[in-house]
Amino acid sequence: MPTADPPITLYRLQACPFCERVVRRLQALDLEYRSRFVEPLHSRRDAVKRVAGVRTVPVIVDETTGVTMAESDNILDYLEATYGGP
Amino acid sequence: MDFDVVDLPTTTHPTPGDLAPSFTRPLVTTEGWTDTSLDTLLEAGPLTLVFHPMDGAFPTRYIWQAIADRDWDADCQLVGVSISTPYAHAQFLRDQGLTDYRLYSDPDAAVADDYGVSHDLDGMAGVTEHRPAVFVIDADKTVRAAWVAAEWPAFPPYDDLAATITDL
Repeated sequence: MPTADPPITLYRLQACPFCERVVRRLQALDLEYRSRFVEPLHSRRDAVKRVAGVRTVPVIVDETTGVTMAESDNILDYLEATYGGP
Repeated sequence: MDFDVVDLPTTTHPTPGDLAPSFTRPLVTTEGWTDTSLDTLLEAGPLTLVFHPMDGAFPTRYIWQAIADRDWDADCQLVGVSISTPYAHAQFLRDQGLTDYRLYSDPDAAVADDYGVSHDLDGMAGVTEHRPAVFVIDADKTVRAAWVAAEWPAFPPYDDLAATITDL
């Protein structure tokens, strides 16, 4: 049987350092996530615009909490606050 | 006109009644890609799997144009597979106006191996790609129709395959 999709989707670009920052934190927190690689050209990055209202990456969508968030600083804070334990 | 069509070696590939081999690869649209398993796609219903030469080769354009002209995606899910990178796939789909189509990227042709459709290209050292091949796969993973090129170049028997696709 196929496993269920992980609740966290990370919109990312290959070799984007801000995205890698989020990846490292997701891995450190042992969270499952699926990667959605998006169009490198900013002006064509409509897939991100539709979910997050911005064309920047990274963006995460967390179905468990209903949170959609851009900006790696904010995402790191969110992950730590939500999944970082007591 | 004198030209040579090359015979390809015989191959063992899934035939009607067999189970389609599972795989996971980046599945590319004009907007990006994400690792996607064949099994996940089949949860949404039957599927036509089209193996094709790398993006940019003339048979690739011919095959996708012929498939688009026949609206194969009207009756059944439709995905392609080639060794081209996700970036090349996204560009190909944009260039050909195939904005609703999805292509798997299988750069090391390991999926070609699983399906018995590998093609070691003469004159391109170290490059193995996919023979032109089409598998129509039911939602329970049973292969309903299979066509694999026995010559190079060769093009799918579109109308025979379309009959199977509409019967699903």
